[in-house]
Amino acid sequence: MNSVNTPSSIRVLEERSGQVWTKGSGKEFSCDKKSAAGSVTQRACAFCGSRVVLYPIADALHIVHGPIGCAVYNWDIRGSLSSGPQLNRNSFSTDLAEKEVIFGGEKKLKASLIELIHYYRPKATFVYSTCIVGLIGDDVEAVCKQVTKETGIDCIQVDSPGFKGTKKSGYQAACEAAYKLVGTGDTSGISPYSINLLGEFNIAGEAWMIRGYFEKIGIQVVSTITGDGRVDDLRRCHGAKLNLVQCSGSMTHLSKLLKDNYGIPMERVSFFGFEDTARAIYTAAEHFGDPELLRRAEELVREEISLYAPKLKQYKKRLKGKKAALYVGGAFKAFSLVLALRALGMKTVLAGTQTGSAEDYEQLKEICDQGTVIVDDSNPLELAKFVLEKDVDLFIGGVKERPIAFKLGVAFCDHNHERKIPLAGFEGMLHFAEEVANSACSPVWKFAPRRQVKALRLPGSDESANQDPGTLASKGGAA
Amino acid sequence: MNICKGNPDTLTTTGERTEGPLPAAATRNACKLCTPLGAAMVFKGVRGCLPFLHGSQGCATYIRRYMISHFREPVDIASSSFSEDDAIFGGAKNFAQGVDNVIHQYAPELIGVATTCLSETIGDNMLGMIKTYQDKHCGDGPPLVHVSTPAYTGTHSDGYYSAIRELIKAFAQPTRITQPRMVNILPAMMSCADLRHLREICALYELEATILPDYSSTLEGGSWECYHRISPGGTSLDEISEMATAAATLEIGHTQAVDKDSAGSWLERERGVRCDALGWPIGIRLSDQFFAAMATASNRPMPAILADERGRLVDAYVDAHKYVSGKRAAIFGEPDLVVGLAAFMSEIGVRPVICATGSKVKKWKELLASEIEGGTADVEILSDADHAKLAEAARTLKPDIILGSSKGYPLARELKIPLVRIGFPIHDRIGAQRMLSVGYRGTLELFDRVANALLESRQDDSATGYSYL
Repeated sequence: MNSVNTPSSIRVLEERSGQVWTKGSGKEFSCDKKSAAGSVTQRACAFCGSRVVLYPIADALHIVHGPIGCAVYNWDIRGSLSSGPQLNRNSFSTDLAEKEVIFGGEKKLKASLIELIHYYRPKATFVYSTCIVGLIGDDVEAVCKQVTKETGIDCIQVDSPGFKGTKKSGYQAACEAAYKLVGTGDTSGISPYSINLLGEFNIAGEAWMIRGYFEKIGIQVVSTITGDGRVDDLRRCHGAKLNLVQCSGSMTHLSKLLKDNYGIPMERVSFFGFEDTARAIYTAAEHFGDPELLRRAEELVREEISLYAPKLKQYKKRLKGKKAALYVGGAFKAFSLVLALRALGMKTVLAGTQTGSAEDYEQLKEICDQGTVIVDDSNPLELAKFVLEKDVDLFIGGVKERPIAFKLGVAFCDHNHERKIPLAGFEGMLHFAEEVANSACSPVWKFAPRRQVKALRLPGSDESANQDPGTLASKGGAA
Repeated sequence: MNICKGNPDTLTTTGERTEGPLPAAATRNACKLCTPLGAAMVFKGVRGCLPFLHGSQGCATYIRRYMISHFREPVDIASSSFSEDDAIFGGAKNFAQGVDNVIHQYAPELIGVATTCLSETIGDNMLGMIKTYQDKHCGDGPPLVHVSTPAYTGTHSDGYYSAIRELIKAFAQPTRITQPRMVNILPAMMSCADLRHLREICALYELEATILPDYSSTLEGGSWECYHRISPGGTSLDEISEMATAAATLEIGHTQAVDKDSAGSWLERERGVRCDALGWPIGIRLSDQFFAAMATASNRPMPAILADERGRLVDAYVDAHKYVSGKRAAIFGEPDLVVGLAAFMSEIGVRPVICATGSKVKKWKELLASEIEGGTADVEILSDADHAKLAEAARTLKPDIILGSSKGYPLARELKIPLVRIGFPIHDRIGAQRMLSVGYRGTLELFDRVANALLESRQDDSATGYSYL
């Protein structure tokens, strides 16, 4: 009985029941918890969180202190493009062996750092502590200090052992590490109309597009943290007058540090979809209160929308009425996706995130329709259950969610770090529509067993062959 | 934009070529993965088995996403999701909870437990924890098998072979019965197509085979009508328990042949099943050896269909020999695959000028020397290598072609030579699971891929763009 089941036969783990919620159910919702052991969470670990955030700083040297696995699974898997240096695309590790685990890895770390710094001449170095290092108690901080002194290159510990909480704790460790560089650079020449763009990772060159919008209306972008990031930009980013935070999960802590210590206000924005992109640009323009700036912002938005909106029509016609499920890392992305899908005439029936906060989920609940299922820190079985129950046409997620959709004959749009197509901004909305339509409207689904109409079944095939005795096939079971 | 072009491992921050002594202490772009990945892969090849990593959840998630990007199939791996407290006080509570949840959610026939660096280092007593769990549940529920896989000893390849051995030790019951038409095949880390081909070959020799692991359908299955908690397919526990009744074990991989504690030698020593140690059957010679072992085990001559395939392979070698002869190759990957590929390259007249693996392998030079014709004096033989070392050697030796995983792409791009993708991971192309490379038929397909890659690069490099080669 273990292999084939109706969606209703997949039960949500009791300890997770509060993390699965349906709009209109009136039930309590809980989140921000540790993952349940054995639940096959889609989340990674604290180390992963720290790598995600800092890795795009392209002229820094990133070294993972620990056994090889942690470094190798991260090697250049993210798009995060750099317009110049490519040093971050290497995977450096102290690759601890058994004897170093026993006797300590400080010596090897120091030797590695000195050699690598002389060879690659980075602007700064980040040293990521993994589980093992957290456990054996290497004094990474002390090694970093020594190396900084000997080489003159800032060497910064990222305190991110995997077991130290969730991905969010990793974000926090990364923000702490990045903040060590802030305030060490010259801020001269920074315009009074200037911003930092936080939580944009330039996965498919999006930071370049967004930077372009601001420069066009006369707002200087001091730094993009951390997509296409540079050490020197971080050093002087405290000179900017406003922080726009896109991925709030990863960057709230840094923006808070900047606010508390340098008084830089922050605004949460999104550059996904026409509506959100326009709002983000207006938010910045309004902040500076210059009517001319606002006029240019309106002009830009008008121009861009008039360029791309008409092209969207053909996709909207094809996608109208389709049902979507989404499971993404952070909640802010989820809001934008719900709105963007709605703009394409689609309905979101399942929305979930790995690391949303209570505040995030309140907002998500608000914008979703009645009956939408909201899940926190979900797992493959739950996601499959709701895909079947809601008879979803499109899934939006990352690599780990893709096979769940594909096995069940459901279209998929990659909205994770693997994507190669820019989905942000006005132009990005067109790419998004095209991406979604190319999958959702593909003729291949005709052949997927779950979608196959009876007439198309293989001649002589036994319809019940693929079913568990005593249980119904998915569609029947879902009814 | 001033994008620094070139292989990132030799560029400074400002995009200049690096200078000075090569860094040696750190691993730069590893040519290996960690041990639990290998174990998880084996567990995916057992029917109804759910892999379970005891340690931090990141390990499970990373390994899942890595396997998914290669196989493009659902890969569920559970984790005991250690928190800071568990790292200090031990993971017993999380383990029991995790196993409960896995049983509740997946109803597995087996839980394959692999320990990560973290749980290994804090010294969690896995066997004790498993026993406590089972005693508490009066032996109800699926069996659990444990394989020790700290990532700081060995590579994914070691984890793979260890998991096979532990499964056999746990389940292959002693017996007096011998089934003369039964063989065990212990494959190396092959593609799904390779595993399917091995099964086909056994059928041709009228042998019944237990292939352990067999992830050929769990990691390359059909499209589903309903959701399968655990992908269908794999070697059943019944089959594993009967492995001691087989007439012989065919154990693939040069490294296993020299390992006294390999799964095959354990079966021979403890269960009296004769073990044939064989190379990875790529190329004519190593395939011949494999088929000779099949003939002995089955007491049947080579079936006509295979003899025909051999004939076509020889014919293909002849047809294309001029396009490959005298070329020089760099090969990297799992140690046994590298030896197999080096043997194959040697016999078609391609000099394997670099043979590299990320594993530390006992007698690595000897193993390669046994398969490379004409001595290995001019061959750069690297074990415990990373991609930076491999690239360094390649810049000097200037091979014409690279054979290895997708991770060879930056080097291939830098040197402007083709990369023939083989091994794990292949995450920048479709169809890694379907690439057949073993036996005569597999070699033929691989040979075509190699020859065509060389032809294509000749075509692309030509000033006029030959349209007729």
